[in-house]
Amino acid sequence: MAGKELRTILATDCGSTTTKAILIELTDQGYRLKTRGEAPTTVEAPFEDVTKGVLNAIMEVEELSGLKILDGDQIIHPMRDDKTGVDVYVSTSSAGGGLQMMVAGVVKAMTGESAERAALGAGSIVMDVLASNDGRLPHQKIERIRQLRPDMILLSGGIDGGTVSHVVELAEVLAAANPKPRLGQNYKLPVIYAGNKKAQDNIRETLGEITDLDIIENIRPVLEVENLGPARDKIHDLFMEHVMAQAPGYKKLMGWTDAPIMPTPGAVGSLIEMVAKQENISVVGVDIGGATTDIFSVFDGQFNRTVSANLGMSYSVCNVLAEAGLENVLRWVPIDIDEGELTNRIGNKMIRPTTVPQSLEELIIEQAIAREALRLSFIQHKSFAVSLKGVQSQRTISDAFDQSGSGETLVDMMELDLLVGSGGVLSHAPRREQAMRMLIDAFVPEGITQLAVDSIFMMPQLGVMANIENEELAESAKKAAVEVFENDCLIRLGTCIAPAGKPKPGAVMLTAEFDLPGEGKKTIELRTGELIVIPAPYEPIKAILTPAKNMTMGKDKGEALHTEVYGGTVGLILDGRGRPFELSTEKAKRIENLRKWSKSTNEYPESKSLGGA
Amino acid sequence: MAHAYTPGLKVLQETKVHKDRILPLKGDVVVKQDDQVKPDDIVARTHLPGNVQMLNVGNLLNIDPSDVEATMTKPIGSKFAKGEMIAESKGIFGLFKSHVDAPIDCTLESISSITGQVVLRDAPIPVEVDAYMRGRVSNVYPEEGVVIEADAVFIQGIFGIGGESRGELVVLTETREDELTAEMIKPEHAGKVLVGGSFLSLSAYKKALSLNVAGIVVGGFNYFDLEDVLGYTLGVAITGSEDLVTSLVLTEGYGEIRMGSRTFDLLKQHHGKFTSINGATQIRAGVIRPEIVIPLDPEDIHGEIKAIKTNEGIQAGSMVRVIRAPYFGRIGTVVSLPPELQKMESETMVRVAEVNIDDEVLVIPRANLEMVETD
Repeated sequence: MAGKELRTILATDCGSTTTKAILIELTDQGYRLKTRGEAPTTVEAPFEDVTKGVLNAIMEVEELSGLKILDGDQIIHPMRDDKTGVDVYVSTSSAGGGLQMMVAGVVKAMTGESAERAALGAGSIVMDVLASNDGRLPHQKIERIRQLRPDMILLSGGIDGGTVSHVVELAEVLAAANPKPRLGQNYKLPVIYAGNKKAQDNIRETLGEITDLDIIENIRPVLEVENLGPARDKIHDLFMEHVMAQAPGYKKLMGWTDAPIMPTPGAVGSLIEMVAKQENISVVGVDIGGATTDIFSVFDGQFNRTVSANLGMSYSVCNVLAEAGLENVLRWVPIDIDEGELTNRIGNKMIRPTTVPQSLEELIIEQAIAREALRLSFIQHKSFAVSLKGVQSQRTISDAFDQSGSGETLVDMMELDLLVGSGGVLSHAPRREQAMRMLIDAFVPEGITQLAVDSIFMMPQLGVMANIENEELAESAKKAAVEVFENDCLIRLGTCIAPAGKPKPGAVMLTAEFDLPGEGKKTIELRTGELIVIPAPYEPIKAILTPAKNMTMGKDKGEALHTEVYGGTVGLILDGRGRPFELSTEKAKRIENLRKWSKSTNEYPESKSLGGA
Repeated sequence: MAHAYTPGLKVLQETKVHKDRILPLKGDVVVKQDDQVKPDDIVARTHLPGNVQMLNVGNLLNIDPSDVEATMTKPIGSKFAKGEMIAESKGIFGLFKSHVDAPIDCTLESISSITGQVVLRDAPIPVEVDAYMRGRVSNVYPEEGVVIEADAVFIQGIFGIGGESRGELVVLTETREDELTAEMIKPEHAGKVLVGGSFLSLSAYKKALSLNVAGIVVGGFNYFDLEDVLGYTLGVAITGSEDLVTSLVLTEGYGEIRMGSRTFDLLKQHHGKFTSINGATQIRAGVIRPEIVIPLDPEDIHGEIKAIKTNEGIQAGSMVRVIRAPYFGRIGTVVSLPPELQKMESETMVRVAEVNIDDEVLVIPRANLEMVETD
């Protein structure tokens, strides 16, 4: 059936503090963002009805667009005429703490990890992973389940036809804990069983009465295959049916939308996955929020998501300090500051999370913390985004010298094509150079990597648009999601060019030749320890990059790379700090370097505290 | 545009305070509507199901899981005393029997023929809820709990540790600028709620703990000293379940910050009164702030009691407190609210307020201001 051409699409994202609405319109240049609006989320007292915040955000869109969208508290859809209504309305949600799950598997590193991957991929926070071999005694597991009160549980374990007793034992632990859902007392806790087929009857017997049990295909039917799709879909369904239906106002909101409401991170993940697939590139996306940091990646076509539940910029800012250590935060601060004073300031940000940095010093501290939060979240991501463990592969003699095997990380910084950042500290950084520097310092990309920020965090809304299943709407909505993502969502910062290897002090580590639009050929020598910015627009630029003999740009050491790179609002950054990149442990030297890099990248305004005039 | 200011903390000299006193599970409410209660009075009680222990009887007796049920000495639902035999194998010709004893006083809850596990449940755990503050039972939720109502002074802090506590209010410092020092805390302060001015050092807090002081209300405390008190670094501000004899309520924040004058004056005015405090804090969606409740005697209630004001937002003339550097902790009056965005030293573009602080008009981001809500 031919799809319907959509003229206007309205999408909202109900976050835990703000509800954001965007309006997309079909123009001569394809689908474009027309306008956006926002309002405080109204899930909690005194309002306790999410639709109030949604309506407020839409009202702002109405005012700015001149389109009449609301008729009382109803969204007019489809469009009645050019000035009235929208064709489609969709929404995502992370209000009320998002989706909180517990997962269980027999072997922690195998089915436990697969279950965790399915839950994270669906956009959930994983509160705990239970496994037969996690070292806890049954009563400790039971206590933990009773304490956590998850929204739902995903139980997996065993390959199809394997032993039954381990996974049944886990089910017995669940049954003994008799867990109650977090929201609402009047329904049974949803449990999804995605384990050994042979154990289905026993599981039904153990959990069928006391929980709301759904049995689906095994998440790991054989060791070599991970089958996450059915589990992810089931989680989305149950999220709608149970969790969302309990949250105040959501039943009404569900009645308004043209497609199921998705958990916010689930929508973002599916958009990133789609972009990577369409353009055949490797992508890392990061969203750093007040409480958590989400990282999404696609390498070799494999999607992974992790959420670092307590690494964020306000509610959990002190946890960044605790996990990274004060000295690691301080190493990014190019000023001398009293340590006690600094910790009190960070503590005060935690207890007053909505404040903004007024002084330059406050901004520098905040961006130093962001680097550490991003770095730590990425370490967690790299250790989770791995090939399947427990898989035996045939080895030849040549593999004997190769360390790779099962359980190796999929994240390869030399392979990474695009790094997208979002979240207040990146998207609202006063200078785009600051966002670019934070991303480079925290993720340490190698070779050639494009960088971008999601200007107003539109990815959730675009993600849910791309996931509309209704045949009549799907094609157009997907097209709109891709076009808006390309044209309006991303602010292209530029490209980081970073040779890998340990460079000799003071030596030329890279000779770069660019054919710059309007300027012609330009040759630049990058010396060890330098950061050089070359202003260049977001256009293809021919480049020949020749690393020094002991350095590499992804090919053999010293081998030149003929390629195309793209500039952006910042331009091209040549990073001569070497990979792995380490800051000097000597305080004076470190501060001198930080100030030098800050100046060469135009990161901060001239200031006395930064050694300026 | 969303309102970009932090809702203020309440400092109310006379209001009706309502406190829900709810059981974690259904149980018995032991007071009646309109009963007058004291803080320590029990208002409701119940029993939580006991913890669970699992025992793999199949493995322990070395028998097939499907045979476990036949070896049990009593049926499901039976009680066992610690050490009592719960299962015994048949042995060979009635000889060489082995057995499993109950590790705790428990009830047999279930037996699995697949895994050989039996589930044993501990005795129920009694739970009681007290009234927390002096007042009247204004509402009864049958089997669930009650609402206690009191005419009281109500002050919110910004951060606290330790749960509910209570005692006589003793203001120890002369002014709101003074530090509450270790020397000021004496043995006679056991069971009392102490009030200081700008700061409490770690050593002073430790002395209060050692002397069983019920609680401390003070302007500031060092963030890094919390680690010493709690035994871990506080990563997210979710507190209240710490097992501390002295609950701590900070009215301003971390560091040395003088207490707001209205807060200090109000506490001083009620020196000697019986006070309930709660250090529990949760800074997440659904924020919970620590609190100080001083129930008033009938003779202290003046005229009509104002309900707690809903937040109307910052306007010209509002009294505000700055909640971030460089003017952190200072209190002033809003002069104007220019509508256009302004560039700060950090180059952040924000909506600002012009605030008169000690006769100097300063430009401060609205997000960095907090209403001082008073009545």
